[in-house]
Amino acid sequence: MRHKLRVNPIACEAHGMCAELLPERIALDQWGYPVIDGEPLEPSLMEHARRAAEACPTFALLLERERTRR
Amino acid sequence: MTGSPSLMAEPPTLGQLDAAPALPRLLAGIPAHGAMGLRAHLELHGELPSITDRRSRRRRRRAESPLIGWIEQAGLRGRGGAGFPSATKLRAVASGRRRAVVVINAAEGEPASLKDRTLCRALPHLVLDGGELAAQAVGAEEVIVCLCESALASIESVATAIEERARAGATRTRVRLQTVPNHYVAGQESALVNHLNGGPAMPTFTPPMPFEQGVGRRPTLVNNAETLAHIALIARHGPEWFCQLGTDSQPGSALITLSGPVAHPGVYEIEHGASLSSLIDAAGGSSARAAGALLGGYAGSWIGAELLVDIVLSDEHLAPYGATLGAGVVLLLSEEACPVAETARVARWLAGQSTGQCGPCINGLGALAQTVAEIAGGVAAAEATQRVARLAALVQRRGACGHPDGAVNFIISSLQTFSEEFSDHARNGPCDACARAAELPLPAQSSTISRVRGRAYTR
Repeated sequence: MRHKLRVNPIACEAHGMCAELLPERIALDQWGYPVIDGEPLEPSLMEHARRAAEACPTFALLLERERTRR
Repeated sequence: MTGSPSLMAEPPTLGQLDAAPALPRLLAGIPAHGAMGLRAHLELHGELPSITDRRSRRRRRRAESPLIGWIEQAGLRGRGGAGFPSATKLRAVASGRRRAVVVINAAEGEPASLKDRTLCRALPHLVLDGGELAAQAVGAEEVIVCLCESALASIESVATAIEERARAGATRTRVRLQTVPNHYVAGQESALVNHLNGGPAMPTFTPPMPFEQGVGRRPTLVNNAETLAHIALIARHGPEWFCQLGTDSQPGSALITLSGPVAHPGVYEIEHGASLSSLIDAAGGSSARAAGALLGGYAGSWIGAELLVDIVLSDEHLAPYGATLGAGVVLLLSEEACPVAETARVARWLAGQSTGQCGPCINGLGALAQTVAEIAGGVAAAEATQRVARLAALVQRRGACGHPDGAVNFIISSLQTFSEEFSDHARNGPCDACARAAELPLPAQSSTISRVRGRAYTR
């Protein structure tokens, strides 16, 4: 089962914890909001991704199972 | 609607019908002022059919309404701008577990679009017919008409029409009217649902989509007013009739709000695939040469003057130009106007219409509008155009709704279509035309939507 990261842009307040914890996949834009590509996470990063999602103070980072259809 | 409604499980076919009049369809008999009353409406269009399959009534599980199949055959797509297939949406709502709700979306936040408020003002019964038919098709007991709070004549017409139908004993569902703040994104599906649930009229993070969980957490069908008016006619005349007009990939007619330098700007009904010049002729011809046409409104794309003669109004013909009809907006900009100053003004307005919920939208659209203004004023840094492209890429697909994407589309299209004018302004500053009165319509006043910033943790 493949997982992806997604940001809830309404909840996100640019704390930037996610980019600290998962710099491999999360960059910050010039205003401090995370930029994430939509690609599935490789298994080696899953644990880091989970930690990043849990660390978000506004629960804005979502680790989601890839939807087969939208 | 008067007497016993006819029950139909099979669509009317052309053999049963007189030769169908070509156009107008939706706008047939439209009064110049006020609204068409219930009696005149029924005389013109015939009674509202009740479309149920008798055989299905005995089955325990509700079978799909035949109307959904007709709408599918008609190839009807939503007329709010996104162009989603209507039958698919109806089916998704109908398959929900809980009883559904139907929302007639006539919020029409797009400043250059007047078609939905015009329909509601002049032909409210056609819109309400569509709402009731959709309610029957998805098994809803409630229909909510959403109108912009500033569209006073439309509010008046719809309120009167609802009373008229109730007095005639003609309503099958509860129908109520709800006004919506005059704001660009207030008519976005999830924003409407949020508003109807007592929240601010601001988009929400999806999923759940309104069709899954909308008003009162019920499956909610949010349909544009024009879409529902087409459904009112498809139910009466059948899909075959609907497809007599239009192109293969975009059957039927469409309402277009035409503005700019023409003799009679306003709302027109065209056949998909009609030429832009025939639309301009119908509006009494051009009153000045056009510098370009904006299609689809302020989330749409420009087409330059040299291409206008050949433009055909259907999405398949517009696709090579990167344009769509969107919600049916055709805005001509006269040659006297300055496209750079106009773009800067609209870009600033679009940035102001961000509901301020998503960081990339607040910051990105603000920075974009600022950069475009600097180019227009001739005070931009050397690589300002590249900065616009970089900011645009940074904003796209990073909001909860499509507003930042639409705004970026408009700005990028302006820069491409009027590239010479933009480089001229960047080098030499404002031109003579910059000082002229603005042409592209913007609302004099927009309401602000207040929001209590919702936090996931306690306050």
